[in-house]
Parts: sequence; C-alpha cells; structure tokens
Amino acid sequence: MLRFIVRRLAWSIPTLFFVTFLVYIALRIGTDPVESYKRINPRVTPAKIQQYIEVNGLDPNYVRGYFQWLVNFVTLDWPRSIKGSREVWPQLKDALANTLRLGAAASTVGISVGLLLGIFAALRPGGRRDVTVNTAAFVGISIPPYVSAILLQLLFAVYWSRWFGSTLFPTSGVYPPGHTGFNLVLMLKHMVLPTSVVAIQIIAVYARYMRSSLLDVLSSEYMRTARSKGISERRVLFKHGLRNALIPVVTIAALDVGAIVGGLIITENIFSYPGMGKYFLSAFGEGDFPLLMPWMVLIVASVLVFNLLADVSYAWLDPRIRLD
Amino acid sequence: MPGSTQGSDLTDELLLPTVSPRRMAFNRFVGHRAAVASVFVLGTMVLFVALSPLTARYGVNEAVQAPPNYFLSPRANAWLGTDDIGRDLYSRLIYGVRVSLIIGFFSAIISVVIGCVVGAVAGFRGGRFDDITMRVTDLFLAFPFLVTLLVMRNMLGAIDWLRPVMGDISSVRFIILLFAIFGWMGVARIVRGQVLALKEREFIEAARAVGATRWYIVRRHLLPNSVGPIMVALTFSVVSAIIGEATLAFFGYGPQAGAGATSLGILVGQAKGAVNTGFWWLALFPCLVLVTIALSINFIGDALRDATDPRMQKDA
Repeated sequence: MLRFIVRRLAWSIPTLFFVTFLVYIALRIGTDPVESYKRINPRVTPAKIQQYIEVNGLDPNYVRGYFQWLVNFVTLDWPRSIKGSREVWPQLKDALANTLRLGAAASTVGISVGLLLGIFAALRPGGRRDVTVNTAAFVGISIPPYVSAILLQLLFAVYWSRWFGSTLFPTSGVYPPGHTGFNLVLMLKHMVLPTSVVAIQIIAVYARYMRSSLLDVLSSEYMRTARSKGISERRVLFKHGLRNALIPVVTIAALDVGAIVGGLIITENIFSYPGMGKYFLSAFGEGDFPLLMPWMVLIVASVLVFNLLADVSYAWLDPRIRLD
Repeated sequence: MPGSTQGSDLTDELLLPTVSPRRMAFNRFVGHRAAVASVFVLGTMVLFVALSPLTARYGVNEAVQAPPNYFLSPRANAWLGTDDIGRDLYSRLIYGVRVSLIIGFFSAIISVVIGCVVGAVAGFRGGRFDDITMRVTDLFLAFPFLVTLLVMRNMLGAIDWLRPVMGDISSVRFIILLFAIFGWMGVARIVRGQVLALKEREFIEAARAVGATRWYIVRRHLLPNSVGPIMVALTFSVVSAIIGEATLAFFGYGPQAGAGATSLGILVGQAKGAVNTGFWWLALFPCLVLVTIALSINFIGDALRDATDPRMQKDA
C-alpha cells in the first residue's frame, strides 16, 4: 500500500511538470502576455518590457521560457500582476480561502443530502419515491448552474423584497459593501444562495450514483447470504449494504472535484463572490499571465491529488483490489 | 407489449412471433414515458425552428413597434416581451434555438465519429496507444470543463494556420469544432470500454479464427455491437455542446453569430443583465427553453441506455 502511494506520488510530479508546461504554452499562445502587458501599460519603455519578460519567463523559446518561469515560481519569486501591479499570493490566498469555504459548504450539504436521497430511492426501487427522486435528480443535472443562479437571483434580489417587503438572502459578495471585520451570520447569509446553486448539482449527481450503486449491492449474493443468516434487516442494510455501496461513490467523489470547481467558477462569477472562479475569469479576461499561472498550478495539483486519493481510497475500502 | 397474445395454450405461446433485439429495444424505449414525451417536445421544437419563416413573428433584429419599444413585458404584439432594443424575444428564441441545435448536433456527430475510431482502436489494440490516449483523456476530463474550454478556445483562435479550418474565433464553425475537439474523449472512453468487454467474446474469436482482419472485426462486429452506448454518448454530447455553448456565450466568449442570427447562449447571457432590474421574462424564458432542451435530450439518452443495455433483456 505504502509503496503504491509513494510510486503514484513519484509519478504525479513529472505529470505536474508536463501539464503545467502544456498550460504554459496554451496560455502564452492564447492570451499573449506580452501584448496584454503593453495594452494595459501603453507608454512602457522597452527596458521595462524586457524586465517583464524575464521575471515572467516569457522567452520567445517556449522551453527556455518555461524553465525560467519554473525557477522563479519554485523559488517563490513570483512576478506582480499586470493589472494594478499587485502581489499575486495575497489575492490568490484570499480567493482560495473563500472558495474552499463555499466548496466545503456545498459539498457537505450536497453529498449528504444526495446520498440520503439515493438511499431513500433505492430502498423501494420503482416505487413512487424512487421515481420522484430519480426525476428530480434528472432535472437537477439538466439545469446548468448559471440558470439556477439567475433564477434564484431574480427571486431573491428583486421579487422577494417586492412581495414580502424585506430581503431574505443577499445576492452578491461575501459581505455587504463597506463592511469590515468578521461577522459569521452575515457571511453565512451571503453564502446561502451560491451554496445552494452548487449543492443542487452535487445532490443530483450523488443521488443517482448512490441509488444505482446501492441497487447493485442489494441484488448481490452476499446480501442474500446475510439475510439467510437471520440478522435483522437493519443490520443487513447498514453493515453489508451501505458499506459496500459507498465504495464506488467515494471513488467518484474524489474524481468529481473538477466538476465541482467548474460549478464554483460559474456560480462565484454570477454572485460576485470573490473566490477562485472570479479570480480566474477576471485574470483570463485581462490576459494577466502572472495571475493565471499560479492559479493553474494550484488547480492541476489539486486534480492530481484527488485522482490519487480516488485510487488509494478505492484500494483501501475494497480489499478485493490489489495494488502493485 | 406487442406480440404477447392472450392464448393460455402452450402451443400458442410457442408460436409467439420472435422479437428481434432491435424491436425489443424499441419497445423498451417506448415504455419510457418521459422519453416519449421528450421526443415529442424536441420534435415540436425542431419543427418550430425548421418552419421559422412561418413561426417567427419578426426578424432577428426587427423591432416589434416604433420606440418606445424596449423592455416591454409580454403582450399581444410580443408574446414573450421585448429586449433592450425592442426585439421580440419569442422570435429571437426560435432563431437562437436553431443555432444552438446546429452546434449541438454537428459537434456531437464529429465527436462521435472521432471517438468511435479512437476508442475502438485503443480498446482493440491495447498497448501504448491505448495507454497514452486514455491518460490524456482522463487528464482532460478531470479538469474543470470551463477552464479547459476557455484556454483551448483562446489558444486555437490565436494560431494563424488553423484559421482556414477552424474559422474565425467568434464563428459558429469555430464553436462546433471546439466542442468536437473536446467531445470525442468521453465517447472514446465509452467505446473503448465496450470494445474491451466485447473483444474476448466467442463470436470475435470465431471471426478471428476464420481469418477476418482487424479492421473487418472492428467494422462488422465491434462497432455494431456498441451501437447502444454510442447512441447514448451521442445524446450526451449534444447536451454538453448546447450547454457548453450557452456557458461560453454567458461569459461573453461565445459565437457572435453574425447580424442575421443569435444563439440560446447569447439570449441566456442577456438574462444576467435583466435580473436586477426585474425584467423577469428576459431571464425566465431563455433559461426555460435551455433547460427543456437539455432535459429532453437527457431523458432520451437515459431511455436509450435502458433500451439497449443487454442486462435489461430479462424483463423485456
């Protein structure tokens, strides 16, 4: 087991380099960082441009440029953003913290509700509640996050106050404009709508996974054996049914992180929530290379880590799988 | 179910007409009520779009009346209201759905063709080609879709020698090809899985024993036996291209469909600006149409999967 993890970790390091190299090339071709620098600073001297090229690793030769960038990145000598010439890490850190909070809230709500609904549906396959859950989950996966976000915004930003005279949930930001300091209640209130948008997707996906996984398990031979031993139905379900049904779901959960990040990007942008998604879209729109690269590295690394977690958890939970 | 007669006699039952697998799949599909309703809904939409000279009440950029005509709520001369410069939302939705359906179907067909070839070769040959394609596919699919899409879009749009093929970055052709470049991976993974499962089966071995070439086996045995999963992949590619186009357009990276057209994404994107001012029709109707299309195609795909899944055959 340990050997497997070590080997997979050793593999993910060259993968990380390779993928960041691809991202580096794609961003250089796609956003042309030198051009965006000139666009934002129109009266810049050639010496300044040369300096900008050096600190960012934008050598005309892509390979040399990448290693230049890599050395600067690893030694934490990060260039400042093009727009506003600000330090990148403080911005990235704040965005990451906000997104982690939103993502954690949405995943917790989404996964637990989704699993419960899936179990609820699978216990009476074909029954009315199964059909209801299944149809609702189908509608859930067919609604893109921006559609539910827009409809919720419409309801809460405009019509709620028109109908009931007071706003229930704010529709943008983490705090109202001008607020300083920490205020838990206010923060939670601001998180309700973005969390529900992301959670709707997660609930729908997990309800379906859990349902089909549990249905597979329930029709397996060892469930019949467990029943024939005469243990109670509840024990059969919890000890034999759910534990086995959760194995594939856990694996998928770890692989799903990309989809959740995707949903977060869209949601954050609509709710003006200052997280990783808003960070990315504004940096991408400006072609702000110094802001984009660290963001990309972070995303690539987290995708790789969660992929590893998926493999490890699968092997750990299911002793039939052997790793070597 | 057709074919089941009322005879209680044993001979009657033995004389039941045999049902071909295709017929069985069809019967199962028809038994899926939501899917049948979805076919009906989609069919109506396609009809509305195809007959747009009759169904649309105004031109794409035609105002419903002389100013003041902007942001009119739904009324007799504009059934679904008007937008910021007085254009009829109902007519624009018809034109928008047309572009979206074109994007969805064409990019799905291209990605299914590429995906089938790559998936079949990878699954059948195995080895290094298989390893590399599946690694790349896994990596691509693990990323946030929107990020990959945006980065690839800008990159492909900036490469000059691709322009004759891909078209301009804001054209519909570019978007179709962009989704095709993405879409094949999911299809390839599905087809590969199916081929891996099939290739150890006896009938493939028999074909090989009588001297069939690899290409012949792939063409005559593997792909026809994978029609079910391929159809399912096709429907899901259509949905993801339509939703993807809308997502790109929503963030302002979509096709600028020219003076003569619009797209569902552009219309949904307009909704963003209409929310805070309370022009509910501009937000509600485009969203509703988009969700209806996505839901219908998803239902059809789900029914196709149930209908063509050999494991379901026992209760047919």
